[in-house]
Amino acid sequence: MASKAVYSHRDPMLKKRDDFEDILEERRNTSDLRYALRCYTPALYKGLTPCTASELKTMVLQSDQLLYVINQVSKETGTATDEIQSEAEAILEEMAHRLQLSTIRFFAFTLSKIFKTLFRSICVNEEGIQRLQQTIQEQPVVLLPSHRSYMDFLLMSYILYTYDLALPVIAAGMDFMGMKIVGEMLRMSGAFFIRRSFGGDKLYWTVFSEYVKIMLKNGFAPVEFFLEGTRSRTAKSLTPKLGLLNIVMDPFLKGEVFDISLVPVSISYERILEEALYARELLGVPKPKESTSGLFKARKILSENYGSIHVYFGQPVSARSLAEGRVDRSQFNLTPRHIPRKPSEGIQDFVNDSAFRLVRSQEENMVLKPWVLLAALLLQNQTAGNKLGVLVEDLTEQAVWLRDLSRQFGAFLHWPDHIPPSRVVSSSLSLHRSLVRVSEGRVQLNLEPGFPPPAMTPEEELLSKAVVVLSCASYRNQVLHVFIRAALLASAIHSVAGSRKQEIFNAFSFLRNMFSNEFILRPGAEVQDFEEACYLLVKSAVLQVHQQEVLVTDRGHRTLAFLTSILDPFVQGYQMVCRFLCEEATESLTEKQFVPAVRKFFIKHLLTGELKYVEVLSSDLQKNALAALLRLGAVQKLRGGANEGTLKVNTVMVNSLEDTLGGKLPTQKPLAARL
Amino acid sequence: MKWNGWGYSDSRFLFNKKGQAEFTGKRYRLSGMIIPGLKDWMEGTFGANLQHKTQPVLNTSAVQPPMLNEAFVEELKSTGIPFSHEADDRVFRAHGHCLHEIFALRDGKIGRVPDMVVWPNCHNDVVKIVELACKHNVCLIPYGGGTSVSSALECPPEETRSIVSLDTSQMNRILWIDEKNLTAHVESGIVGQDLERLLNESGYCTGHEPDSMEFSSLGGWVATRASGMKKNIYGNIEDLVVHIKMVTPRGVIEKSCQGPRMSTGPDIHHFILGSEGLLTAIIKILYLRDHEKYSESLIDMQKLYHGLSSIFTSFLDGLKKFYITKFKGFDPNRLCVATLLFEGAREKVLQHEKQVYDIAAKFGGLAAGEDNGQRGYMLTFVIAYLRDLGMDYYVIGESFETSVPWDRVLDICRNVKARIIRECKDKGVQFPPLSTCRVTQTYDAGACVYFYFAFNYRGLSDPVHVYEQVEHAAREEILANGGSLSHHHGGTTS
Repeated sequence: MASKAVYSHRDPMLKKRDDFEDILEERRNTSDLRYALRCYTPALYKGLTPCTASELKTMVLQSDQLLYVINQVSKETGTATDEIQSEAEAILEEMAHRLQLSTIRFFAFTLSKIFKTLFRSICVNEEGIQRLQQTIQEQPVVLLPSHRSYMDFLLMSYILYTYDLALPVIAAGMDFMGMKIVGEMLRMSGAFFIRRSFGGDKLYWTVFSEYVKIMLKNGFAPVEFFLEGTRSRTAKSLTPKLGLLNIVMDPFLKGEVFDISLVPVSISYERILEEALYARELLGVPKPKESTSGLFKARKILSENYGSIHVYFGQPVSARSLAEGRVDRSQFNLTPRHIPRKPSEGIQDFVNDSAFRLVRSQEENMVLKPWVLLAALLLQNQTAGNKLGVLVEDLTEQAVWLRDLSRQFGAFLHWPDHIPPSRVVSSSLSLHRSLVRVSEGRVQLNLEPGFPPPAMTPEEELLSKAVVVLSCASYRNQVLHVFIRAALLASAIHSVAGSRKQEIFNAFSFLRNMFSNEFILRPGAEVQDFEEACYLLVKSAVLQVHQQEVLVTDRGHRTLAFLTSILDPFVQGYQMVCRFLCEEATESLTEKQFVPAVRKFFIKHLLTGELKYVEVLSSDLQKNALAALLRLGAVQKLRGGANEGTLKVNTVMVNSLEDTLGGKLPTQKPLAARL
Repeated sequence: MKWNGWGYSDSRFLFNKKGQAEFTGKRYRLSGMIIPGLKDWMEGTFGANLQHKTQPVLNTSAVQPPMLNEAFVEELKSTGIPFSHEADDRVFRAHGHCLHEIFALRDGKIGRVPDMVVWPNCHNDVVKIVELACKHNVCLIPYGGGTSVSSALECPPEETRSIVSLDTSQMNRILWIDEKNLTAHVESGIVGQDLERLLNESGYCTGHEPDSMEFSSLGGWVATRASGMKKNIYGNIEDLVVHIKMVTPRGVIEKSCQGPRMSTGPDIHHFILGSEGLLTAIIKILYLRDHEKYSESLIDMQKLYHGLSSIFTSFLDGLKKFYITKFKGFDPNRLCVATLLFEGAREKVLQHEKQVYDIAAKFGGLAAGEDNGQRGYMLTFVIAYLRDLGMDYYVIGESFETSVPWDRVLDICRNVKARIIRECKDKGVQFPPLSTCRVTQTYDAGACVYFYFAFNYRGLSDPVHVYEQVEHAAREEILANGGSLSHHHGGTTS
């Protein structure tokens, strides 16, 4: 069905994407006030029984599930049911949204003003909007936008209001609620608030999941949440969180609705508002607590040109077609549906797999600007030790080459073909002039601190450089999903001496497994990913793949070199994490101390020049590396008692992983499937 | 009886010269009446057009010559049991009432049919026939009323042995009635309506009334674990049967007593009931019938009965129609109708009636009176004739049913109906299908839901295949939503 089309394109060149329309254009020509006050009559779900927010609360509080859990908790704790009932009411009160059209109108007005000053354009694919409008009437809809900025959910509601679509209710983190007025404003624009962690709190979980499910089942409004759970500071998609997806799948799996439509939405920013903020955060400046004044300050500092935003509403994915042939729904027939049950392993796998598919389709529809390619090239030049920078003409030539390559790989690249490449390059450079310096026809990253004239320690200097490098990397990262499979294959070929396909596959699987916390790689899809990588590289005349052998063509070396170097910072970063764990980790190192300790270790080696990639200072990379090692069992996290959170390192294993990553050891027996 | 359609030859729906729908014959209350709403309903629901009519092809001559087992025939002759190998006798017994069977017949396609028909007259005749069949390696297919919807009467096309249809229609007597124990000994071939009529003469009834009771036989009910509309009072077939005598190739099986319940291991009846296609002679219990009252309630909750209710409302006379639609604000197209039959002792009936009406009133429903109730009840018998009318105009359809726990009834109704519509679209059906359902039986722990599914097949090259695919998908949906494969039709259709 429709959803299958999202993944089945073997040939990325054939991927058909919709055209965009700029919604700010009309805002610049007509009255914002009239726009904010215009008649708003969205098409609603056909099965909708209209109800107010307070009726909704009553439905939640009287739901069988909640009553069951209240009884259960009462029995376990000996507390009276009334007390637990009022506890549940309090939870719901704290959580529930109070969607009001007047607030939406207020936002429609103010956001119009703000957007027009910040952005050149906000482009939306209208066909996607039409599909969405259709879907909203037929099925309960879940909106799944990518999450790169605070802007995201206001922007989503803004767009839906503009197109006269039903406004969503949005799952937001509790930290927003700390912002006094804004928190309440967001609540009135449809946000509902959930605590970041509520591990074993059965009551909380039940109120929360019932609240979401009841809204979804009744078609009260589309439910919106971020699969990635939090804003990605690196512009790479994050490994999806499954909690909410589990909840919204549940009514379908239990037959309470015929189907659920999951709509991936890709929001790409030409310049991210939080650019430098994120880089600092990744370098260890702790995340400031969300506060109203902070948000406004951020806006003030950043009130310059942020280019354009592209919002792509993807093909709705039907939960039914995802589950077809995968899930035996009759497993839910043997227990009353209101008794909470932990999802079976099969269901967990299914939800996990679906989440990866959805995040991948978000990735695929992210619009890439020419600057993203330039960032990739400039970073490579910088680490190659080119102190003078690269000639603009050379950069343009490389960019055109990379443009063609990424198009062959199916990237959704917005490169204006009617403008000469040199102009495209120069205008991209000027939009991002805070990150690059052009002088005497040469371009390089803006690593020298401009003002005030520095009197900094080498360490401070390094960190200020790192801010620029990481900001730049966050653009390069946007293109990684296009190349990641091919890059893994290129690195595998690089590390294997011969050309035997099986060996290359083993190396590929090893790398893929190693980096599966870093990139979106669907669990269990090694063979598929390998074949996809082979297909792309054969098609672009880089490889010849035979029954037993994989050969590199003469023309292929440039591409392979590029692909290998794109993965290289990650390989080296992971290697160094391994080295750190073997050399420096003390017996009592805890998970909390891990990042600061690794950072110190890295800074030391960067200053001696032993490490060349400044971007390994990203705490994201360090955490992902640790997660991978934990997953592989090379490091263990102790639980309970005084040792809670202490890391126990299996030195032999970590050492051998480091050597394998460095190509010093052959890949061991295939970790997963044979070809 | 029709050989390629449902029921009596004289009773059928048709559009008369004025283009009005009419039900012919004299047998039913509806017979001879004009049904004004039916044409609009057919056109509106299916996009059917009176100009587009299919012509059933009648060629009984295309039947293959019988493949007889001479030795068997010789020995059978010596027993004196009547038999025949006439083509029409054989074709008549070669099918039940599955859609694909009737569709093929109307198309003039006759596949493998029995080579011979035998008419045993009593239990001993059956014993003899089974013995001979074993001796001469001949297949037997028992035939009662021919209303099977589980393909049980279909002859396997690859069968090389001689196939004999064992028609039980001559075994249609009530052998005795035991008034002390309220039981009767009845032969398996008796048809439902005859059984009921004969018992009524003695002041009794069984209370077993499946929609097919005019044609289906007692033996068939046992073989398919049948259920009837009055089951809430009288029970299903397994509750009515006290004793069964079954002839098998290995001998006769029966219990040695007629005690109402035994606990010595698994009940042998449970191997027989629902086993499909075995031979039986039966003893039944009966109840005195005292008081009977039909009634009908309108409950505006869900449009379970959508299409058919509009036929129903066309029966309402002007004033009543005005009262219901205008004064009470019911929309005839969204009307939900429940036909209720109260039966039993007078006080009990009155009490039940009050309880039900109170519930109906709580949900804004109202009683529509006994007259409408009787029509509604009768309608269940003539629904089967509607399929033949549909087939005259490129509409094919069928019903299938399930049993499901109460908490899933609404979910299963919604999901299965939606699945049918989606599958039809995917399979290239050009017109929106009829996809509707109703609750027909209730239990403490759940209900039986009937689904009606029909579509206009103009533009499809293999409509029956499409039909079967959609029905298969619908059944898959039923299973996924916690329903059973079947409540009482039997389980070999899909």
